[in-house]
Amino acid sequence: MRIHDALSGFVLAILAVAVLVTVSQYPPTPGQNIGPSAFPALLAFLLLGCSLLLIWRGIRGQRQALVSLGAWTRSLPHVVNFLLVIGALLFYVFCSNFLGFIISSTLILAALFLSLGVRIVLILPIAVGVTLLIHTIFYKLLRVPLPWGLLQGLHW
Amino acid sequence: MGFVDYVAQAFQLVFDPYVLLVMLCSAAFGLFVGAIPGLTATMATALLVPITFFMPPVPAVAAIVTATAMAIFSGDIPGALLRIPGTPASAAYTDEAYQMTLKGQAETALGAGLVFSAIGGLFGTAVLITAAPALAEVALKFSSFEYFWLVILGLSAAVFIGSSSVLKAIISLLIGLLVGCVGLENPGGYPRFTFGNTELMGGVSMIPMMVGMFAISEVLRFVVNTDPPARLVIKRLGNVFTGMWDLLLKYPGAILRGSVLGTLVGIQPGAGADMASWMSYAVSKKFSKEPEKFGTGHVEGIVESGAANNSSLAGAWIPALVFGIPGDSITAIAIGVLYLKGLNPGPTLFLNNPENVYAIFLVFIVANIIMVPLGWLAIRLSTNILRVPGNILMPVILLFCAVGSFAINNTVFGVTITLVFGLLAYVMEENGFPVAPAILGVVLGTMLEENFVTSMIKSDGNLMIFFERPIAAGLGVATMTILFWPLASWAVRRLRSRPAH
Repeated sequence: MRIHDALSGFVLAILAVAVLVTVSQYPPTPGQNIGPSAFPALLAFLLLGCSLLLIWRGIRGQRQALVSLGAWTRSLPHVVNFLLVIGALLFYVFCSNFLGFIISSTLILAALFLSLGVRIVLILPIAVGVTLLIHTIFYKLLRVPLPWGLLQGLHW
Repeated sequence: MGFVDYVAQAFQLVFDPYVLLVMLCSAAFGLFVGAIPGLTATMATALLVPITFFMPPVPAVAAIVTATAMAIFSGDIPGALLRIPGTPASAAYTDEAYQMTLKGQAETALGAGLVFSAIGGLFGTAVLITAAPALAEVALKFSSFEYFWLVILGLSAAVFIGSSSVLKAIISLLIGLLVGCVGLENPGGYPRFTFGNTELMGGVSMIPMMVGMFAISEVLRFVVNTDPPARLVIKRLGNVFTGMWDLLLKYPGAILRGSVLGTLVGIQPGAGADMASWMSYAVSKKFSKEPEKFGTGHVEGIVESGAANNSSLAGAWIPALVFGIPGDSITAIAIGVLYLKGLNPGPTLFLNNPENVYAIFLVFIVANIIMVPLGWLAIRLSTNILRVPGNILMPVILLFCAVGSFAINNTVFGVTITLVFGLLAYVMEENGFPVAPAILGVVLGTMLEENFVTSMIKSDGNLMIFFERPIAAGLGVATMTILFWPLASWAVRRLRSRPAH
């Protein structure tokens, strides 16, 4: 996904201004003229300058679309893959606690395997096997409290 | 206790069955990751960190050092056999190595990569062992002014050396520095940019962020890749060590030059093994007696840049250990690990924990020595490694990232950070914004602000005080030169191109 320099510059300039506005409300450190807002404000000023330069260069440079999507965006399977990777992480964030690690992990792996064209018969065995392996490493060996969720009654 | 006692202690720390086992496993891991195209040495480090999180300091560092050394070598394997570099550090001579394979000299190309990687790595280690303690001695006298300039110098070097667009590199750096501002850790102790989220009070958690930027972004690139898979051109490899002695005798100058250049590039912040390898390859061609042979399957460039990329790994640890300024993105992650382990980098590390510092040195030596037999094994198994299907591997890596970033603080907020920074890194790289300056900015942000504010308070408005101490003045002038060089040269070019009236 290529974004036109002028557009990225514009977004960055907005970010810089937002930072400046936010830090302007920070309280000063009593007795000193340099408080918590000084450093981020300095950075934001520099960022503002750079983004204006980027906009200027973008406008002067070659004409191109504001956002040009890569070749993969025209191929549905690739778009699905991309969204699945992001979806998998979001799913983990929102559901792993309720479903438990083993169920969420198996689901995530199976969905991605399916989408990436792993042979159907292999999908479930590998998904379950890898899940149990990662579970053993992190839960048993490293003692990370991975959630059990729905399988709470079964925990080992 | 004297020097000898510390060294003896270091030996005890390293030659411990647990540490050796960790090194062996990380070596296998590093060789595997390096040999798979699309998985980089930095990614190997990012994936290892959640596991090293649970280890004592020495094995944790040993795991990172060993895995990265192996990965940088084994990136040569798919380069020679598939014409796809396994890690960006092998990209400079991938075509050369592949041409050698087509001529039936794959074993020489891989052997040269292996043997001279180990030699380069040992050279870099020797420099690390001699230079770091000496520098630490000097650095003990540093005040906030010297540190301020040193950080600025490091950051400007990262921006100006080896980035295709300086403007975009600066923007990337500023974004990193702003990310570093998040949280309570600032002179006023005020919660900045936390949006009322308590999990952001401690700042953006470094490890989940690195996992996102170096691993998730690669997974995203893999799943949208539309290129057809590459095919292996050969079935069997001969003995990789045949002819290595002759090469050593034939190109001693090239090996030395590659190692020196690699170490120097490694020391310089922001540029690591990939830059070392590209520069060395170019230098090798320039100084070669047979430059016309380069690109046609000639081993000389592989010898030189193979030594360079591994020597840069050790070089990068010099500023990392002495000043806490990472020499490349791998040490940027490693510094995070050192802080987590209570081994805060800086000159006092050499005073208070010399046995740990010596243990790190020792780990480098051991890693580069065991690279030879293990690398040989990896080359023997290479045709099998290269057959590992990416469509199974990548989802597993994704899941591993999720669990790893969860494990740092035991909250799913880590996974959110991983996702956000993974997407950010993906979009940035697609648009020519280099990621390394951003990482450096995050790592050095707190240090820069602290020394900036302390210096400003001390100076009481008088900016000349930044140049009053001799070392500070020297660093300041060097920084100014780097900062204003491009501007000055641009102005000169502008003036020259204008016709004289």
